[in-house]
Amino acid sequence: MLASFKRIVALTRKELLAVLKDRRARNSLLLPPIIQCLIFGYAATYDLNHVPYAVLDQDRTAASRELLAGLDGAGVFERVANLQRQADISKVIDERRALLVMQINRDFEKRLLSGNTADVQLIADGRNSNTAGTATGYVNAVVENFNSKWRSAHAQAGPPVSVTARAWYNPNFETRWNMIPGMIGTLTLLQTLMLTAMSVAREREQGTFDQLLVTPMRPFELMAGKALPSILIGTIQATGVLLVAQLWFHIPFAGSFFTLYSGLLMFVLAAVGIGLLISAVSYTMQQAMLFSFLIIMPFTLLSGLTTPLRNMPLALQYFTLLNPLRYAIDITQRVYLEGATLVRLLPDLWPLAVIATLTLSSASWMFRHRLQ
Amino acid sequence: MSWQAQLEQPRSAWSAASHLAHWQPKLVRIWALVKKETRQMIRDPASIAMGVVLPVILILLFGFGLSLDVKDVPIAVVLEESSPEALGVVAGLQLSPYFHPQIVRSMPAAQELILERKVDGIVRIPADFARRVSAGDAEIQVILHGSDANRARIIQAYVQGAIGAWSQRQAAEGHGMAVGPVLVQNRLWFNDANDSHYFLVPGLIVLVMTLIGAFLTSMVVAREWERGTFEALFVTPVRSDEILLGKTIPYFGLGMLGLSLCVLSAQYLFDVPLRGSLWVLLSASMLYVLVGLGIGLLISSAVKNQLIASQLTMLATFMPAFMLSGFLFDLRSMPAAIRVITYLLPARYYVALLQTVFLAGDIWSVILPNAAVLAAMMGLLSLGSRVVTRKRLG
Repeated sequence: MLASFKRIVALTRKELLAVLKDRRARNSLLLPPIIQCLIFGYAATYDLNHVPYAVLDQDRTAASRELLAGLDGAGVFERVANLQRQADISKVIDERRALLVMQINRDFEKRLLSGNTADVQLIADGRNSNTAGTATGYVNAVVENFNSKWRSAHAQAGPPVSVTARAWYNPNFETRWNMIPGMIGTLTLLQTLMLTAMSVAREREQGTFDQLLVTPMRPFELMAGKALPSILIGTIQATGVLLVAQLWFHIPFAGSFFTLYSGLLMFVLAAVGIGLLISAVSYTMQQAMLFSFLIIMPFTLLSGLTTPLRNMPLALQYFTLLNPLRYAIDITQRVYLEGATLVRLLPDLWPLAVIATLTLSSASWMFRHRLQ
Repeated sequence: MSWQAQLEQPRSAWSAASHLAHWQPKLVRIWALVKKETRQMIRDPASIAMGVVLPVILILLFGFGLSLDVKDVPIAVVLEESSPEALGVVAGLQLSPYFHPQIVRSMPAAQELILERKVDGIVRIPADFARRVSAGDAEIQVILHGSDANRARIIQAYVQGAIGAWSQRQAAEGHGMAVGPVLVQNRLWFNDANDSHYFLVPGLIVLVMTLIGAFLTSMVVAREWERGTFEALFVTPVRSDEILLGKTIPYFGLGMLGLSLCVLSAQYLFDVPLRGSLWVLLSASMLYVLVGLGIGLLISSAVKNQLIASQLTMLATFMPAFMLSGFLFDLRSMPAAIRVITYLLPARYYVALLQTVFLAGDIWSVILPNAAVLAAMMGLLSLGSRVVTRKRLG
C-alpha cells in the first residue's frame, strides 16, 4: 500500500517536473486562461451600453421632444443623426451608422392630446437579431416610462393590468454575472483536456511509455500518477479564473467556496478522465491534439454558456448529458448566484462522478491492453 | 523541350522568348509542389479531420444545436384564484407558441420548480386579481431565473407581450386604455421572422474559415518544421516564394471547399437568404482565407512547434473569431481597450462583410472599407511570411 503510494507520488512528481520545467510551457498553462477571462469577461455580454440611433421626427412638438429626451437621457442611446426624409432611414441602417431608427409621425402630439394612441415606428438593424432585440427592449422601457408619466399628467387611466418582472439572483439582468462564472469551467476544460491528452501520447511517441510499463507500476498507479498532476494544474487554473472573477469583475458570490471547489474538483476529475482516455487511444501527440479538439468543440458549443440548452433539439439535449462542462457551468452559476448547497447540486454532481469513474477506469485498462 | 531541360536552363538570359522560359520552370515547380501538398493533405488523417470533419460538425451544431429563439419555454403559472379574468390570462399564455405553462396552486410549489430548473420563470396571478382588474390596478408578477440573463430578458418581453394582448382584448370591452398612449411598432430589418439562424450563419462561416485557413495551416507547417522537412525543401531548386505558393494553394482550395459547404447549407439547410452577390461573398472569403493562411504560416514559422503553434493560433484566431468578431456579442458595447483589440482582428471585418452580404445586400459603403482592411492585412502578412520562410537554417 505504502509502496504503491510512493510510486504514484514519484510519477506525479516526474510529470509535474516535465510540464513545469519549461518556462514557456509554464506560462502557457496559467496566463492564457487569465487573459482570456479578462478579455472575454468584457466582451462576452449581451448587454448593450452604446446604441447609436437616428431620429426622423416629423412632428417636432413638445411631446415628441419629450419622448426623445427620454431616450437621450437613458445613457445607453447615442443620437447619431436627425433625419429629414423617410428615404434617409435605409441609408443610416444599411451603412451600420445606426442600430435603430425611430420615426415619429406628424400627428403624434395631436393624437396624444385627443386621447388616442399614437404609433411610433422603430426600425432595427436585424443583421444581429439578438442585439437588435435587446436594443428594442430598452426602447420599449423608455417609452413605457414616457407613457406612465403622460397618463398621470393627463389623468388618463392606465391598462387594467400591469406586469412587474423580477429576475431572481440577478436583478439587473446582467449577462456578465452568468458568463464569467461559466467561464471558470470552460477555460479550465480547454487547457486541462489538452494537457492530459498530451501526457500519455507524448510518452508513446517518444517511446518512453513502454519503459513505464516495465516498471513495477500497476495500471491503476500509472493512471493515478498521470491524473494527479493534471488535476492539480486544472484546479490551479480554475482558481486563477476564479480570482479574476472575484477580484477584478466583483461578481457577487452567494455560495460557499467549499461547495464550489467540491463541484470543480469533480469536474476536473471528469475532464482529466476524458483527457486520459483520449491519450490512451492515440499513438501520437498530433492525434491526441486532434481528438481533444474534436471533443472540445461540441462540448463548449453545447454547454449552455452561449445558447440555452433547452433550445436544442431533444437528441442533442441527450448528448449534452455526457458533457461535463454542462454540469460545471450549472454548478458555478448556481453557487455564485443562488448560493446553492451540495444537496441542491446533487443532480449535477452524480453525473460528473459517473463520467469520472468510467473514463478513469477505462483509461487505466487501456494503458495495459493497448500495446502493439 | 522537355520540362527537365527547361529546369536546367539558366535564368540569366533576358529576352522575350526566355522570359516565357523563365516563367515556365517556375510554374512547373509550383505545380509539382501543389501536387505534392495536395496528396499529403488528402492522405493525412489530421488534415481531413480538421479541414472536413470539424467543419461538418460545426455546420450541424450551428444548424441544429444552437438557437437563441424563444419557443416552448416551460413556465409555472401560480393561479391563486379561478376567476374568468385569471383563466383568460392563463389561456393567453397557453395559446402562445412561446410558452409551455404548468399550472400550480401555490407560490412555494412554483419556487421549488424554478430552483430545480424545471421551469424558466413564474407568472403569478394574485388572489384578488379579478377585483383589481375592475378597479383598473391589477398586477401580475413575473419572476425569472437570472442565471441566463439574456434569456430571462427575452422571456420577460414575451410574457409582457402575451399579457398585453389579453389586456387589449379587455380594453376592447371597455376596461380603460389597454396600451399606450404611445405604441411602439417594431420592424426588424433584414430578418423579419427574427430567426436566429440568420445571425449564426456568418458566425459559422467565420469559424470554419478560421479553422481551415489559420489553424490547419499553422499545425501542418509547424509539423514540417518539427520534422525538418521544411529545411529539406530548402536544398531543392524551389525558391521560398514558390514554397509559400505551393503550401498556400491546396489549403486555399480546402478553404473554398469549406466555404461552399457552408453556403450550401446556409441556403438549403438553414434557409438563410443570400441577398448580396455571390462573387462579393467569394472575394471576401478568399481574402479572409489568405489572411488566415498568412497568420498560420507566420505563427508556425515563429515557434516551429506543433503544440505551441496550435495553442497560439487558437488564442490568436479561433477564440477571437468566436468572442470578439461581433457575430454573437455587440462590438459597440465593449470597453474601449477591448474594442482596440478587435480592430486588429481580421475576423471583425469578415463578419461585417458576411452579415451585410448575406442579409442586407451589396452595400458598397460597408463592403469596400472592410475588404480594403482585409486586403491590407493580406499584403502585410504575405510580406511577413516571405521574410520568415526565407531560405535559412537554424
